[in-house]
Amino acid sequence: MGEAVAGRVLVLGVGNPGRGDDGAGRAVAQALRGALPRAIEVAEADGEATDILARLDGASAAFLIDACASGAPAGTVHRFDVSEAPLPQGAFGVSTHGFGLHEAIELARALGQLPSHCVVYAIEGASFETGAPQSPLVAGAVVEVASRLSAEIREEQAHA
Amino acid sequence: MVRKTIKVNYLARVEGEGAFKVVVRDGVVERAELSIFEPPRFFEAFLRGRAYSEAPDITARICGICPVAYQMSSIHAIEQALGVQVAGPLRDLRRLLYCGEWIESHTLHVYMLHAPDFLGYDGAIDMARDHADAVRRGLALKKAGNEILTLLGGREIHPINVRVGGFYRVPTRRELQPLAEKMKWARDAALETVRWVAGFDFPDYERDYELVALSHPDEYPFNEGRIISNRGLDITADAYHLHFEESHVERSTALHSRLRERGAYLVGPLARFSLNFSRLSPTAQQAAREAGLGPACANPYRSIIVRAVEVLYACDEALRIIDAYQPPDQPAVQIEPRAGVGCAATEAPRGLLYHRYRLEDDGSIAEARIVPPTSQNQASIEADLASFVGQWLDLPDDQLRHRCEQTVRNYDPCISCSTHFLRLELDRG
Repeated sequence: MGEAVAGRVLVLGVGNPGRGDDGAGRAVAQALRGALPRAIEVAEADGEATDILARLDGASAAFLIDACASGAPAGTVHRFDVSEAPLPQGAFGVSTHGFGLHEAIELARALGQLPSHCVVYAIEGASFETGAPQSPLVAGAVVEVASRLSAEIREEQAHA
Repeated sequence: MVRKTIKVNYLARVEGEGAFKVVVRDGVVERAELSIFEPPRFFEAFLRGRAYSEAPDITARICGICPVAYQMSSIHAIEQALGVQVAGPLRDLRRLLYCGEWIESHTLHVYMLHAPDFLGYDGAIDMARDHADAVRRGLALKKAGNEILTLLGGREIHPINVRVGGFYRVPTRRELQPLAEKMKWARDAALETVRWVAGFDFPDYERDYELVALSHPDEYPFNEGRIISNRGLDITADAYHLHFEESHVERSTALHSRLRERGAYLVGPLARFSLNFSRLSPTAQQAAREAGLGPACANPYRSIIVRAVEVLYACDEALRIIDAYQPPDQPAVQIEPRAGVGCAATEAPRGLLYHRYRLEDDGSIAEARIVPPTSQNQASIEADLASFVGQWLDLPDDQLRHRCEQTVRNYDPCISCSTHFLRLELDRG
């Protein structure tokens, strides 16, 4: 486990862009590419747990962005600090493998590989249909999360 | 009359959505039913009218765990229809790609889905708290398999570099070298995996299965061979439809497949291993013997050891192929579309995967038929449950239910693929 200071910082957008709003997390990562200090790693993943786990390994801080379907209005932005507590169950069941972001985080925690600072932003999706365009409310939320994350990361870097 | 029903409404740690129900009357198991309610996926229908060249990319989408199997069965069947032979380094690269898939798929099942059953955990996350080193090893081994897929397939899930006739691009010898280093590590990790799972406690149950797998005179089967069984079946894929039949069973969206003459049969690691033991690498054979396996295995719970042995074999075979590799002159052989019919079976991690295509003059697909391994194993899964549950009826319901789930997981069932997993209902009366 690395210290939170001066370690590797990861921004990871998770989702499947071919399934409508499921691509929201990756859209945030794309919006942040080139917009953050160069030392910060911005990446995208399709949501498979072992892949996310491998990416978390060795990071001191991680910001994960995913779509969710908790029943809140489309475009709602949730922020969870999962450094100490698990993600609330139920909202992230969109993965077809039943082995997704929640499992990746908890497996990392069980293995002692969870970054000491780990935050999940979740954007409530409207449509997860194959080939569907991004919903307008979700597009707005993508811009909002990109801006909030950028501010949050710069703030933390300033205090690091 | 004493009735007991064991019902599991959603089976965890399997791929896809299904359920099972066991009905017990006066201490005797009356029936066991596996229901698959994953919606039908209509792949065979929407292949119709598409170009033959699209089949590997479309069928790869049937499964995120074993896309290579779907690609391989489709290209071999279509190549047969088009009269194309693919040999030499292109054939070797296909085997190498298959090694990658066996490593990632088997390792995922062994470590993350099946081992928790034997060690008494609800799942991999709970198990990881007490067995962190083992889980780390499993994750790294799975990743090694994925790296083969990434290098040869263009990406680790749903590879995009496979085509009828060969590949879009083939690697240089130099590009394969880092993979060789990784495979040397993976071979050691695979051997440790065999030793780890061999130490588990196994229920002492065997069944007299009809085992069905490919068999090839010179190699442990991936892409090529005759379809044989331990009861005398010995056919080419062309004759598959004469010996096997699919039927719809109301409780399942996946068709049940049976041998016309004899009914239920078993495909997958146990069948491959028992019918092809002598073609495993010497290291894999020795590891199997040290793990307490004979040249055949009829205890479905020990399938976890067989999977580990197959991972070890796949690492050996990958190293052999990389070492001998000389790049081909062309990444694919030339193809002229023509009308024809072609059939092929290859060995998906979960067992025999049969494809048949009828092509029109212009190479478009007129008809497609796909029989995945889980659909073939449904009858054997039900027979296992019916045969084993009777001995556990004294157990409390939650333990009984767990035993039943473990029994289903012996098959590493891929319900998403077969529908085209699981609820347990135990009716004790």
